[in-house]
Amino acid sequence: MAHPSSDTHSAAPPHGFAFILRRALISAAIALVLFALMIGVRTEAGPTGVLIYWTRFGDLAALVGAVFVGSIIVELIRTFLGPVEIARRVPDGLRNGLSALRRFAVPALLVFAVLIPVIFYQQRYILDLSILVLTYVMLGWGLNIVVGLAGLLDLGYVAFYAVGAYSYALLSTTFGLSFWICLPLAGILAAFWGMMLGFPVLRLKGDYLAIVTLAFGEIIRIVLLNWQSLTGGPNGISGIPRPTAFGIPLTAGPDGLAARLGIPFSPTHRIVFLFYLILALALLTNWATIRLRRLPIGRAWEALREDEVACRALGINTVVTKLTAFALGAMFGGFAGAFFATRQGFISPESFSFQESALVLAIVVLGGMGSQLGVALAAVAMIGGFELFRGFDQYRMLVFGVAMVLLMIWRPRGLIGHRAPSVYLARRDAIAADLVKEGHG
Amino acid sequence: MTGSDILEVTHLSMTFGGIRAVSDLSFTAGRGAITALIGPNGAGKTTVFNCITGFYKPTTGMIRLVHDDNRDFLLERLFDFRIAKRARVARTFQNIRLFSGMTLLENLMVAQHNPLMRASGFTVLGLFGAPGYRAAERAAIDRARHWLDRIGLIARADDAAGNLPYGDQRRLEIARAMCTEPALLCLDEPAAGLNARESEALGELLLSIRGDTGTSLLLIEHDMSVVMGISDRIVVLDHGVRIAEGTPKEIRDDPRVIAAYLGSDEEDAVAEMEGSA
Repeated sequence: MAHPSSDTHSAAPPHGFAFILRRALISAAIALVLFALMIGVRTEAGPTGVLIYWTRFGDLAALVGAVFVGSIIVELIRTFLGPVEIARRVPDGLRNGLSALRRFAVPALLVFAVLIPVIFYQQRYILDLSILVLTYVMLGWGLNIVVGLAGLLDLGYVAFYAVGAYSYALLSTTFGLSFWICLPLAGILAAFWGMMLGFPVLRLKGDYLAIVTLAFGEIIRIVLLNWQSLTGGPNGISGIPRPTAFGIPLTAGPDGLAARLGIPFSPTHRIVFLFYLILALALLTNWATIRLRRLPIGRAWEALREDEVACRALGINTVVTKLTAFALGAMFGGFAGAFFATRQGFISPESFSFQESALVLAIVVLGGMGSQLGVALAAVAMIGGFELFRGFDQYRMLVFGVAMVLLMIWRPRGLIGHRAPSVYLARRDAIAADLVKEGHG
Repeated sequence: MTGSDILEVTHLSMTFGGIRAVSDLSFTAGRGAITALIGPNGAGKTTVFNCITGFYKPTTGMIRLVHDDNRDFLLERLFDFRIAKRARVARTFQNIRLFSGMTLLENLMVAQHNPLMRASGFTVLGLFGAPGYRAAERAAIDRARHWLDRIGLIARADDAAGNLPYGDQRRLEIARAMCTEPALLCLDEPAAGLNARESEALGELLLSIRGDTGTSLLLIEHDMSVVMGISDRIVVLDHGVRIAEGTPKEIRDDPRVIAAYLGSDEEDAVAEMEGSA
């Protein structure tokens, strides 16, 4: 009461000179501790194998100084801007521009995707990269059903990718079945394993669910690694048949597609065919997800993510609802796996490590859980961007990490965090990200 | 149990470890009537509700529900969601549980999950846009529109439920429960947090639901003006035991209720009960 001005001070954070200096000193101290060994001392194996080292205190001082000055600048900018929410730092103009862009983004991206083989016909590298990106787009869309819509955190998604790949590889090399028969079978088998995973984890939520699904992914990989007689163990399966254009092989022979069409043979034909195959599979996943969202099962998934107790009170069978989410997500993972096997011609358990699960989950989370466009953009950025950063050489991971951190500061709920309603009477307004729940199991 | 009762609770007990939340409770709820369950905090009202709606399995006792067509259901034996699906018991929650990231319309569509699921051929027909499903979906939207109209929120149909003010969320939760076409609607403190005007409107809404759809209502409520105004019958619980049952007038005059319900401040109790009458 005696100091009326103190009230206003406590409302706004004190951004005095002393405060800024203190923050900068703390940052510099942390930088000193971090860099003291990494930058300050350089070690190397000498010519005789003895460890030699020399100090680089000049570099260390420069870095710590840079952190100190940088911290002061950041604090000054923050003081100048005043207290605003981090998410609001995006200028309104840019945000409106983005929302206008989105309307044209989807058709434009689709047309571009269809035209990629035409535009880049001569550039094998870009075609291969596009196929890789589309595989991850498809995996992201598949996992999006489980994580984004139903809110079930699945860290073992790669297991279904593996089941699909091995299903195709084993069915085709053992029984000589064609790709087009194996594809649905691989999907069905993966869906079956999705249900097998679903049953034991039905009662688990949140962190516990994540751990068990992670373990499931590892179990599948380790079984594949050790069941030598069936899967070939670490040697994998080679000689997996290439896909045929509905029975017509894409080879140089007299009955190949090129000869039948009367055009000169080129190995790129097969790449282009694979490209359109994965594009079609990915679009099938997308179409199914968009349709499912507008059906009662899709709404039940989203309702489950929002509030499971309320779902039960409304007579929704939560067990069946969760299992269908697991099974459908797994099925699309299985399709992608079968495609992976036919593209590579060789598979081994190495391709299905936890790293892959984490990558696909990162795509879904960065894209914005539940958003189809967001997931596709995130897959392009994560997989394509990673390739683009090759120019940065050894700093590739650093640039990539900084980009991810910035994205999470800028858009904490992913690229497209808001949610489009599945049904509407008059207006189709997006629902703000902070209202949409993330699900907890 | 007479033919005019929809719900019969007999010798219901529920213990949690050593704590006896409800002991040997018996009461009935009339068909097409509004029955109120009242009692001081911790009397076991919500426990009774959770037993009726399947969220708890009672330790002992029987809960019998009889539909208009004389089909009867033993709720203590029905599993989980089947109480809502088969026996058609709907409920609301003390701390509102809406799907806050979904629109009002979507909330009411989720409530019609089971009929829509059948109409969509368990998703298969719906995936390919079968005309039968489209008609069912239109009917479901019409029903949702009807209930949004009834609770006066039709203009906000496409807004997120989480954006609604508190009182509107309460009404939306009731509308969502009604979209399941329940035989018995259980309301857990529907007037909690509402102001006097909103409470009055709620009372009218509940009366009109009973009048128009013939749904039987069972409610837990602390707001005496609502309870005394709309209830046909009141059951009073204290420490898990039924201490009185009767019409609002009988309950109001019952000295045991006054003593138990408001404890030592008996004069205040009498004053509040009379004031709300």
